[in-house]
Amino acid sequence: MAAKKPRLAVWKFASCDGCQLSLLDCEDELLAVAGAVDIAYFPEATRGEISGKYDVSLVEGSVTTAHDAERILDVRARSRVVITIGACATAGGIQALKNFADVKEFTAAVYAHPEYIHTLATSTAISAHIKVDFELRGCPINKMQLVEVVSAFVAGRKPVTPAHSVCIECKLKNNVCVMVAHAKPCLGPVTHAGCGALCPSYDRGCYGCFGPMETPNTVSLSRQMAHLGMSRADLKRVYSTFNVNAEEFRKERERHG
Amino acid sequence: MATDHVSVTIEKQGLQSLIDILAKRGYRVVGPTLRDQAIVYDDIARVDELPAGWTDEQDGGTYRLQRRDDGALFGYTVGPHSWKRFLHPPIQQLWKAARSADAATVEATPAEPERFALFGVRACELHAIAIQDKVFLHGPYVDSHYKARRDNAFIVAVNCGKAGGTCFCVSMNTGPRVSNGYDLALTELVEGGKHRFVVEAGSDKGRDVLAGLPKQPASSGDLDAAKKVTEKTAASMGRSMKADDVRELLARNLEHKRWDEVAERCLSCANCTMVCPTCFCVSVEEASDLAGVESSRSRRWDSCFTMDYSYVHGGSVRSTTRARYRQWMTHKLSTWWDQFGTSGCVGCGRCITWCPVGIDITEEVAAIRSSEPQ
Repeated sequence: MAAKKPRLAVWKFASCDGCQLSLLDCEDELLAVAGAVDIAYFPEATRGEISGKYDVSLVEGSVTTAHDAERILDVRARSRVVITIGACATAGGIQALKNFADVKEFTAAVYAHPEYIHTLATSTAISAHIKVDFELRGCPINKMQLVEVVSAFVAGRKPVTPAHSVCIECKLKNNVCVMVAHAKPCLGPVTHAGCGALCPSYDRGCYGCFGPMETPNTVSLSRQMAHLGMSRADLKRVYSTFNVNAEEFRKERERHG
Repeated sequence: MATDHVSVTIEKQGLQSLIDILAKRGYRVVGPTLRDQAIVYDDIARVDELPAGWTDEQDGGTYRLQRRDDGALFGYTVGPHSWKRFLHPPIQQLWKAARSADAATVEATPAEPERFALFGVRACELHAIAIQDKVFLHGPYVDSHYKARRDNAFIVAVNCGKAGGTCFCVSMNTGPRVSNGYDLALTELVEGGKHRFVVEAGSDKGRDVLAGLPKQPASSGDLDAAKKVTEKTAASMGRSMKADDVRELLARNLEHKRWDEVAERCLSCANCTMVCPTCFCVSVEEASDLAGVESSRSRRWDSCFTMDYSYVHGGSVRSTTRARYRQWMTHKLSTWWDQFGTSGCVGCGRCITWCPVGIDITEEVAAIRSSEPQ
């Protein structure tokens, strides 16, 4: 038990910081986390320079610049285990909407001097650039799942983060199905579990924040949501959020124009 | 079941006395009540928590509450919950372990002594409980957690006064009238401005509780009226399935093209298995704390529709939705016979109603059947 604590680093790429903040938001568990690992680099929380190797790196955010595409290679080289956290890092995030638009047109519309903006035409997942050892889904991630992932890493076991539908989480919680009983369109049947069925627990359809589940049948679900009144534009929009660049959601989005 | 069963009638207030007596005897009374635009099973303390004057309209992938034009307390069918939630809960810790400097201890999680009074159990649900009894109690291994809850449970059954749009208990020979497996059975009579319940006792425990209720002897007219209630229900089933040879039908159609067609619709979301009152599968999960001092093992409802369910070293055995849907349906209707000597389906219709895209097990059987030479 007296073994040296693993060194942990937290890295930020293109993101809102919300997933990193989930770690600080752990409060009750934070002391235990700090007791189990040596938080060696975490600019959001503490001062510390990048130095040497890390046993585990948590990576938040997507790659949207040439500089970041280089930087992620350095992160990989310094890390024994790379764990990506959140929809930006695992799928490209909401900013991946630019993958379907003209970035030059955007920068011209937004910035007074677009010539200073150096950005790639796409926002891509970390796994598009380096080998990733584990992906934790969510926008934002669920802090209890983050603690589970860190606990599993420390214990050398597989994390319990099932890839089945959100529906199972609803049923474990006793929720009444909002789609069947309230005729509300819901992405739960095609969405990866992990949030604890947050929105359906508050009588809302699932927004798909955790991205596609293991075997999503988006075509069948879209047919039913159209039956419940969604237009083609609505259907395109529901798949065009935080996980728009996840393959199954992207393909389903494209089917609707 | 004793053949010399007592039949009496009680008033609506008598039901309140029944709830009170059960609560006084230490039971946690759970029964139908309104929540989130559905009739769910939850704790009840008063008769007026029952869904008086409500009914449900059900079809594939749709469930809607409607008002009735009477004050019936049981004028609906089965909803999103089943009693397995109480007898075989979604998450059950099995053991926990702790490590100190020089030793490790493992402690089995004791079976909870919780005493449930299940209030308003339908005939199909009694059959579902009997099926889970076979799984958990009558095999070579007795599940102590299930046994503790089951042994302590008191069952107040209700004969169905209405068939739902997705009900097919008549086909499965499981209802709508209860035959055994209850402590007390109610039949609701709402007619001519009178609202009463015929009550029959099915066990000594039931007779004992019945003795404490304010009651009248049931007349032959009352018993006739009660019989007519379930006859009418039986004649108005929303669905049907020819079930006498379905075991063999599916066994000889494992490569039928219908499996491909249903897989095109199936979401593999697992809702059907979660709502099924006989599905009993679980996954076993480990949890360990950050300090590496404590760990525990729990089981949680799982489904043959997940990839993890059939995962063995290197991958999932049933990687396609076709394989998973076929596994579920053939197990339910065919190989359940091989394994447990009964059907695994009681005709409650939940898998039809609560499938988000309304896949209908009776329709799937009919489609496979219709492709064979008659």
